[in-house]
Amino acid sequence: MTAPRAIVNVPAKARKGEIIAISALIGHVMENGFRYTTTGVLRPRDIITSFVALYNGEEIFSAQFFPAVAANPFISFHTVATESGTIQLRWTGDNGFAATHRAKIAVE
Amino acid sequence: MNAARLFVFIAAFLAVANPPARADDIPLAERRSGYDQMSAALKAMQDDDTANPGMLWVLEGEALWSAKATTAGKACADCHGDGTESMKGVAARHPAYDEKRGQVVNLAGRIEACRVERQGLAPLGPDAKESLALAAYVARQSRNLPITIDEKALATTIAAGRQLFIARQGHLDLSCAHCHEANWGRKLAGLPLSQGHTTGYPLYRLEWQSLGSLYRRLRACLFGMRAAYYPPGATEYLALETYLMWRARGLPMESPAVRP
Repeated sequence: MTAPRAIVNVPAKARKGEIIAISALIGHVMENGFRYTTTGVLRPRDIITSFVALYNGEEIFSAQFFPAVAANPFISFHTVATESGTIQLRWTGDNGFAATHRAKIAVE
Repeated sequence: MNAARLFVFIAAFLAVANPPARADDIPLAERRSGYDQMSAALKAMQDDDTANPGMLWVLEGEALWSAKATTAGKACADCHGDGTESMKGVAARHPAYDEKRGQVVNLAGRIEACRVERQGLAPLGPDAKESLALAAYVARQSRNLPITIDEKALATTIAAGRQLFIARQGHLDLSCAHCHEANWGRKLAGLPLSQGHTTGYPLYRLEWQSLGSLYRRLRACLFGMRAAYYPPGATEYLALETYLMWRARGLPMESPAVRP
Protein backbone atom coordinates (compact mmCIF):
# COMPACT_ATOMS: atom_id res chain seq x y z
CA MET A 1 0.00 0.00 0.00
CA THR A 2 1.30 3.42 -0.89
CA ALA A 3 1.60 6.06 1.80
CA PRO A 4 -1.51 8.21 2.20
CA ARG A 5 -1.27 11.53 0.42
CA ALA A 6 -1.85 14.67 2.43
CA ILE A 7 -1.97 18.30 1.39
CA VAL A 8 -1.18 20.64 4.24
CA ASN A 9 -1.26 24.42 4.21
CA VAL A 10 0.78 26.07 6.94
CA PRO A 11 2.10 29.60 6.32
CA ALA A 12 5.89 29.49 6.04
CA LYS A 13 6.21 32.88 7.72
CA ALA A 14 4.13 34.77 10.26
CA ARG A 15 4.41 37.73 12.58
CA LYS A 16 4.48 37.01 16.31
CA GLY A 17 0.94 37.04 17.70
CA GLU A 18 -0.65 36.76 14.27
CA ILE A 19 -3.67 34.50 13.87
CA ILE A 20 -2.86 31.94 11.19
CA ALA A 21 -5.06 29.47 9.36
CA ILE A 22 -3.89 25.90 9.00
CA SER A 23 -5.61 23.47 6.68
CA ALA A 24 -5.06 19.80 6.02
CA LEU A 25 -6.52 17.47 3.41
CA ILE A 26 -5.81 13.76 3.48
CA GLY A 27 -6.69 10.96 1.09
CA HIS A 28 -8.80 8.34 2.86
CA VAL A 29 -11.83 6.27 1.82
CA MET A 30 -13.68 6.79 5.15
CA GLU A 31 -15.67 3.58 4.64
CA ASN A 32 -18.47 3.98 7.17
CA GLY A 33 -19.07 0.31 7.99
CA PHE A 34 -22.75 0.35 7.07
CA ARG A 35 -22.46 -0.50 3.39
CA TYR A 36 -22.67 -3.88 1.71
CA THR A 37 -20.94 -5.16 -1.39
CA THR A 38 -23.00 -6.31 -4.39
CA THR A 39 -22.79 -9.86 -3.02
CA GLY A 40 -24.18 -8.84 0.37
CA VAL A 41 -21.00 -8.84 2.42
CA LEU A 42 -20.68 -6.00 4.93
CA ARG A 43 -17.77 -3.71 4.15
CA PRO A 44 -15.86 -3.36 7.42
CA ARG A 45 -15.51 0.11 8.85
CA ASP A 46 -12.31 1.84 7.80
CA ILE A 47 -12.16 5.45 8.93
CA ILE A 48 -9.79 7.96 10.42
CA THR A 49 -10.74 8.29 14.07
CA SER A 50 -8.60 11.12 15.32
CA PHE A 51 -6.61 14.12 14.23
CA VAL A 52 -4.10 16.00 16.38
CA ALA A 53 -2.05 19.13 15.67
CA LEU A 54 1.09 19.79 17.69
CA TYR A 55 2.95 23.13 17.75
CA ASN A 56 6.50 22.44 18.86
CA GLY A 57 5.25 19.34 20.64
CA GLU A 58 2.33 21.02 22.36
CA GLU A 59 -1.18 20.04 21.36
CA ILE A 60 -3.07 23.02 19.90
CA PHE A 61 -5.97 21.32 18.16
CA SER A 62 -7.54 17.89 18.04
CA ALA A 63 -10.61 16.33 16.49
CA GLN A 64 -12.42 13.02 16.56
CA PHE A 65 -13.81 11.67 13.31
CA PHE A 66 -16.91 9.48 12.97
CA PRO A 67 -18.47 7.40 10.17
CA ALA A 68 -20.51 10.36 8.91
CA VAL A 69 -17.36 12.21 7.83
CA ALA A 70 -16.94 12.12 4.06
CA ALA A 71 -14.00 10.60 2.21
CA ASN A 72 -10.78 12.61 1.92
CA PRO A 73 -11.48 14.72 5.02
CA PHE A 74 -10.48 18.37 4.99
CA ILE A 75 -9.91 20.16 8.25
CA SER A 76 -9.09 23.79 8.86
CA PHE A 77 -8.45 25.66 12.10
CA HIS A 78 -6.79 28.80 13.42
CA THR A 79 -4.01 29.29 15.92
CA VAL A 80 -1.76 32.10 17.14
CA ALA A 81 1.80 32.14 15.80
CA THR A 82 3.85 32.20 18.99
CA GLU A 83 7.33 30.98 18.03
CA SER A 84 9.31 29.51 15.15
CA GLY A 85 9.34 25.76 14.90
CA THR A 86 7.41 22.81 13.59
CA ILE A 87 3.72 22.16 13.29
CA GLN A 88 3.05 18.46 13.30
CA LEU A 89 -0.25 17.01 12.09
CA ARG A 90 -1.15 13.44 12.92
CA TRP A 91 -4.04 11.30 11.75
CA THR A 92 -4.81 7.87 13.22
CA GLY A 93 -7.55 5.47 12.33
CA ASP A 94 -8.86 1.95 11.84
CA ASN A 95 -6.61 -0.90 10.70
CA GLY A 96 -3.54 0.77 12.15
CA PHE A 97 -3.85 3.81 9.91
CA ALA A 98 -1.32 6.46 10.86
CA ALA A 99 -0.06 9.46 8.92
CA THR A 100 2.11 12.34 10.03
CA HIS A 101 2.93 15.58 8.30
CA ARG A 102 5.38 18.19 9.52
CA ALA A 103 5.58 21.80 8.39
CA LYS A 104 8.07 24.47 9.37
CA ILE A 105 6.94 27.91 10.42
CA ALA A 106 9.17 30.95 10.91
CA VAL A 107 7.80 33.55 13.35
CA GLU A 108 9.33 37.01 13.34
CA MET B 1 -57.47 22.86 -11.88
CA ASN B 2 -58.72 25.78 -13.95
CA ALA B 3 -58.07 26.12 -17.65
CA ALA B 4 -55.26 28.68 -17.33
CA ARG B 5 -53.32 26.55 -14.87
CA LEU B 6 -53.87 23.47 -16.98
CA PHE B 7 -52.45 25.32 -19.95
CA VAL B 8 -49.37 26.38 -18.00
CA PHE B 9 -48.92 22.81 -16.87
CA ILE B 10 -49.15 21.47 -20.42
CA ALA B 11 -46.84 24.19 -21.72
CA ALA B 12 -44.28 23.32 -19.05
CA PHE B 13 -44.58 19.66 -19.92
CA LEU B 14 -44.15 20.31 -23.62
CA ALA B 15 -41.14 22.51 -22.97
CA VAL B 16 -39.46 19.55 -21.34
CA ALA B 17 -40.74 16.90 -23.72
CA ASN B 18 -40.26 18.90 -26.91
CA PRO B 19 -37.48 21.43 -26.65
CA PRO B 20 -37.59 24.11 -29.31
CA ALA B 21 -35.81 22.83 -32.38
CA ARG B 22 -32.32 24.28 -32.58
CA ALA B 23 -30.29 24.19 -35.72
CA ASP B 24 -27.14 24.25 -33.66
CA ASP B 25 -25.84 24.09 -30.13
CA ILE B 26 -25.86 26.83 -27.47
CA PRO B 27 -24.43 30.02 -29.05
CA LEU B 28 -20.69 30.36 -28.37
CA ALA B 29 -21.05 33.53 -26.34
CA GLU B 30 -23.70 31.99 -24.07
CA ARG B 31 -21.68 28.97 -23.06
CA ARG B 32 -20.59 28.70 -19.48
CA SER B 33 -18.96 26.08 -17.34
CA GLY B 34 -20.88 24.30 -14.60
CA TYR B 35 -18.50 26.18 -12.30
CA ASP B 36 -20.66 29.29 -12.68
CA GLN B 37 -23.65 27.48 -11.19
CA MET B 38 -21.85 26.31 -8.06
CA SER B 39 -22.03 27.84 -4.59
CA ALA B 40 -19.28 30.20 -3.46
CA ALA B 41 -18.02 27.53 -1.06
CA LEU B 42 -17.61 24.97 -3.83
CA LYS B 43 -15.93 27.48 -6.12
CA ALA B 44 -13.46 28.24 -3.33
CA MET B 45 -12.86 24.52 -2.86
CA GLN B 46 -12.00 24.07 -6.54
CA ASP B 47 -9.83 27.19 -6.74
CA ASP B 48 -7.70 26.45 -3.68
CA ASP B 49 -5.17 23.73 -4.50
CA THR B 50 -4.79 22.92 -0.81
CA ALA B 51 -8.55 22.36 -0.41
CA ASN B 52 -9.36 20.72 -3.77
CA PRO B 53 -9.50 16.97 -3.12
CA GLY B 54 -8.74 16.32 -6.78
CA MET B 55 -5.20 17.49 -6.00
CA LEU B 56 -4.68 14.25 -4.03
CA TRP B 57 -4.92 12.41 -7.36
CA VAL B 58 -2.67 14.97 -9.03
CA LEU B 59 -0.06 14.30 -6.32
CA GLU B 60 -0.44 10.57 -6.87
CA GLY B 61 -0.06 11.09 -10.62
CA GLU B 62 3.05 13.19 -10.08
CA ALA B 63 4.59 10.29 -8.16
CA LEU B 64 3.57 7.80 -10.86
CA TRP B 65 5.02 10.09 -13.55
CA SER B 66 8.55 9.38 -12.37
CA ALA B 67 7.97 5.86 -11.04
CA LYS B 68 9.86 3.22 -13.01
CA ALA B 69 7.52 0.67 -14.54
CA THR B 70 8.38 -2.89 -13.55
CA THR B 71 8.86 -4.68 -16.89
CA ALA B 72 10.36 -2.09 -19.24
CA GLY B 73 11.97 -0.14 -16.40
CA LYS B 74 10.75 3.09 -17.97
CA ALA B 75 8.96 5.96 -16.30
CA CYS B 76 6.78 8.53 -18.07
CA ALA B 77 9.47 11.06 -17.18
CA ASP B 78 12.14 9.12 -19.11
CA CYS B 79 10.51 10.03 -22.43
CA HIS B 80 8.45 13.10 -21.58
CA GLY B 81 10.78 14.80 -19.08
CA ASP B 82 9.28 17.34 -16.74
CA GLY B 83 5.52 16.81 -16.95
CA THR B 84 4.72 20.35 -15.86
CA GLU B 85 6.42 21.55 -19.06
CA SER B 86 5.92 18.77 -21.61
CA MET B 87 2.24 18.12 -20.76
CA LYS B 88 1.19 21.77 -20.92
CA GLY B 89 -1.90 22.02 -23.11
CA VAL B 90 -1.98 18.31 -23.97
CA ALA B 91 -5.30 17.63 -22.24
CA ALA B 92 -6.81 20.72 -23.89
CA ARG B 93 -6.24 19.32 -27.39
CA HIS B 94 -7.55 15.80 -26.82
CA PRO B 95 -9.31 13.81 -28.19
CA ALA B 96 -7.13 14.10 -31.26
CA TYR B 97 -6.83 12.23 -34.53
CA ASP B 98 -3.80 9.95 -34.46
CA GLU B 99 -2.42 9.68 -38.01
CA LYS B 100 -0.27 6.66 -37.20
CA ARG B 101 -3.14 4.64 -35.74
CA GLY B 102 -5.71 6.07 -38.10
CA GLN B 103 -8.14 6.60 -35.24
CA VAL B 104 -9.31 9.11 -32.67
CA VAL B 105 -7.52 8.91 -29.32
CA ASN B 106 -8.50 10.59 -26.07
CA LEU B 107 -6.20 11.50 -23.20
CA ALA B 108 -6.94 8.34 -21.22
CA GLY B 109 -6.37 6.26 -24.35
CA ARG B 110 -3.06 8.01 -25.01
CA ILE B 111 -1.87 7.31 -21.46
CA GLU B 112 -3.02 3.70 -21.70
CA ALA B 113 -1.22 3.24 -25.04
CA CYS B 114 2.01 4.56 -23.51
CA ARG B 115 1.52 2.24 -20.57
CA VAL B 116 1.08 -0.83 -22.73
CA GLU B 117 3.43 -0.10 -25.64
CA ARG B 118 6.29 1.79 -24.00
CA GLN B 119 6.16 0.60 -20.42
CA GLY B 120 5.12 -2.99 -21.12
CA LEU B 121 2.40 -2.91 -18.46
CA ALA B 122 -1.08 -4.41 -18.48
CA PRO B 123 -3.91 -2.08 -19.54
CA LEU B 124 -5.92 -0.67 -16.62
CA GLY B 125 -8.98 0.98 -18.16
CA PRO B 126 -9.96 4.62 -17.67
CA ASP B 127 -11.52 4.19 -14.22
CA ALA B 128 -8.58 2.60 -12.40
CA LYS B 129 -7.03 4.68 -9.65
CA GLU B 130 -3.65 4.92 -11.40
CA SER B 131 -5.24 5.93 -14.72
CA LEU B 132 -7.25 8.65 -13.01
CA ALA B 133 -4.20 9.87 -11.11
CA LEU B 134 -2.07 10.15 -14.26
CA ALA B 135 -4.90 11.74 -16.23
CA ALA B 136 -5.45 14.23 -13.40
CA TYR B 137 -1.75 15.07 -13.31
CA VAL B 138 -1.56 15.57 -17.07
CA ALA B 139 -4.85 17.49 -17.24
CA ARG B 140 -3.74 19.76 -14.37
CA GLN B 141 -0.99 21.08 -16.64
CA SER B 142 -3.66 22.51 -18.95
CA ARG B 143 -5.43 24.52 -16.23
CA ASN B 144 -6.86 27.77 -17.61
CA LEU B 145 -5.76 26.96 -21.17
CA PRO B 146 -8.55 27.09 -23.77
CA ILE B 147 -9.84 23.82 -25.20
CA THR B 148 -8.61 23.56 -28.77
CA ILE B 149 -9.91 20.59 -30.71
CA ASP B 150 -8.79 19.84 -34.25
CA GLU B 151 -12.16 20.44 -35.84
CA LYS B 152 -11.16 19.37 -39.34
CA ALA B 153 -9.50 16.08 -38.48
CA LEU B 154 -12.27 15.12 -36.08
CA ALA B 155 -15.25 16.24 -38.18
CA THR B 156 -16.84 12.80 -38.61
CA THR B 157 -16.43 11.87 -34.93
CA ILE B 158 -17.86 15.22 -33.82
CA ALA B 159 -20.87 14.68 -36.10
CA ALA B 160 -21.36 11.16 -34.72
CA GLY B 161 -21.18 12.52 -31.18
CA ARG B 162 -23.72 15.22 -31.98
CA GLN B 163 -26.12 12.56 -33.27
CA LEU B 164 -25.77 10.62 -30.00
CA PHE B 165 -26.21 13.85 -28.04
CA ILE B 166 -29.57 14.64 -29.63
CA ALA B 167 -30.85 11.05 -29.89
CA ARG B 168 -33.69 10.13 -27.54
CA GLN B 169 -32.96 7.05 -25.50
CA GLY B 170 -33.97 5.16 -22.38
CA HIS B 171 -37.29 4.70 -20.63
CA LEU B 172 -37.66 8.44 -20.12
CA ASP B 173 -37.19 9.00 -23.84
CA LEU B 174 -34.77 11.85 -23.27
CA SER B 175 -31.69 13.01 -25.11
CA CYS B 176 -28.64 14.72 -23.59
CA ALA B 177 -29.83 17.90 -25.33
CA HIS B 178 -33.13 17.93 -23.46
CA CYS B 179 -31.32 18.74 -20.22
CA HIS B 180 -28.07 20.33 -21.28
CA GLU B 181 -29.26 22.47 -24.19
CA ALA B 182 -32.98 23.14 -23.80
CA ASN B 183 -33.18 23.33 -20.01
CA TRP B 184 -29.77 24.29 -18.68
CA GLY B 185 -29.96 26.67 -15.75
CA ARG B 186 -33.23 25.12 -14.58
CA LYS B 187 -33.36 22.55 -11.84
CA LEU B 188 -33.64 18.80 -11.88
CA ALA B 189 -34.35 17.19 -8.51
CA GLY B 190 -33.15 20.35 -6.80
CA LEU B 191 -29.83 20.51 -8.62
CA PRO B 192 -29.08 23.04 -11.35
CA LEU B 193 -28.74 21.58 -14.84
CA SER B 194 -25.42 22.50 -16.38
CA GLN B 195 -24.69 22.99 -20.04
CA GLY B 196 -22.62 19.85 -19.78
CA HIS B 197 -19.25 21.24 -20.78
CA THR B 198 -16.35 18.87 -20.28
CA THR B 199 -13.88 21.43 -18.98
CA GLY B 200 -12.77 19.81 -15.76
CA TYR B 201 -12.30 16.07 -16.22
CA PRO B 202 -11.20 14.02 -14.46
CA LEU B 203 -13.12 15.78 -11.72
CA TYR B 204 -13.97 15.33 -8.07
CA ARG B 205 -17.65 14.84 -7.40
CA LEU B 206 -18.78 15.21 -3.82
CA GLU B 207 -21.52 12.69 -4.62
CA TRP B 208 -18.90 10.12 -5.61
CA GLN B 209 -16.51 11.12 -2.83
CA SER B 210 -13.87 10.46 -5.42
CA LEU B 211 -12.27 11.62 -8.61
CA GLY B 212 -14.01 10.19 -11.66
CA SER B 213 -13.65 10.09 -15.43
CA LEU B 214 -15.95 11.67 -17.98
CA TYR B 215 -17.12 8.16 -18.86
CA ARG B 216 -18.30 7.63 -15.30
CA ARG B 217 -20.22 10.87 -15.59
CA LEU B 218 -21.73 9.77 -18.91
CA ARG B 219 -22.80 6.47 -17.36
CA ALA B 220 -24.41 8.40 -14.49
CA CYS B 221 -26.38 10.45 -17.05
CA LEU B 222 -27.44 7.29 -18.92
CA PHE B 223 -28.54 5.76 -15.63
CA GLY B 224 -30.60 8.86 -14.86
CA MET B 225 -32.24 8.64 -18.28
CA ARG B 226 -32.91 4.96 -17.59
CA ALA B 227 -30.99 4.11 -20.72
CA ALA B 228 -28.65 1.16 -21.24
CA TYR B 229 -24.96 1.87 -20.79
CA TYR B 230 -22.85 1.57 -23.88
CA PRO B 231 -20.62 -1.48 -23.41
CA PRO B 232 -17.13 -0.81 -22.00
CA GLY B 233 -14.83 0.50 -24.70
CA ALA B 234 -17.74 1.30 -27.06
CA THR B 235 -17.04 3.91 -29.73
CA GLU B 236 -20.09 5.87 -28.52
CA TYR B 237 -18.21 7.10 -25.45
CA LEU B 238 -15.32 8.41 -27.51
CA ALA B 239 -17.67 10.03 -30.03
CA LEU B 240 -19.56 11.78 -27.23
CA GLU B 241 -16.34 12.86 -25.56
CA THR B 242 -15.00 14.28 -28.83
CA TYR B 243 -18.23 16.11 -29.53
CA LEU B 244 -18.43 17.47 -25.97
CA MET B 245 -14.85 18.73 -26.04
CA TRP B 246 -15.51 20.41 -29.38
CA ARG B 247 -18.72 21.86 -27.96
CA ALA B 248 -16.65 23.33 -25.09
CA ARG B 249 -14.00 24.70 -27.45
CA GLY B 250 -12.40 27.90 -26.25
CA LEU B 251 -13.55 27.46 -22.65
CA PRO B 252 -10.70 27.24 -20.14
CA MET B 253 -9.71 23.87 -18.67
CA GLU B 254 -10.42 23.45 -14.96
CA SER B 255 -9.03 19.98 -14.22
CA PRO B 256 -9.26 18.71 -11.60
CA ALA B 257 -12.61 20.44 -11.14
CA VAL B 258 -14.94 20.00 -8.17
CA ARG B 259 -18.66 19.42 -8.67
CA PRO B 260 -21.46 18.73 -6.16
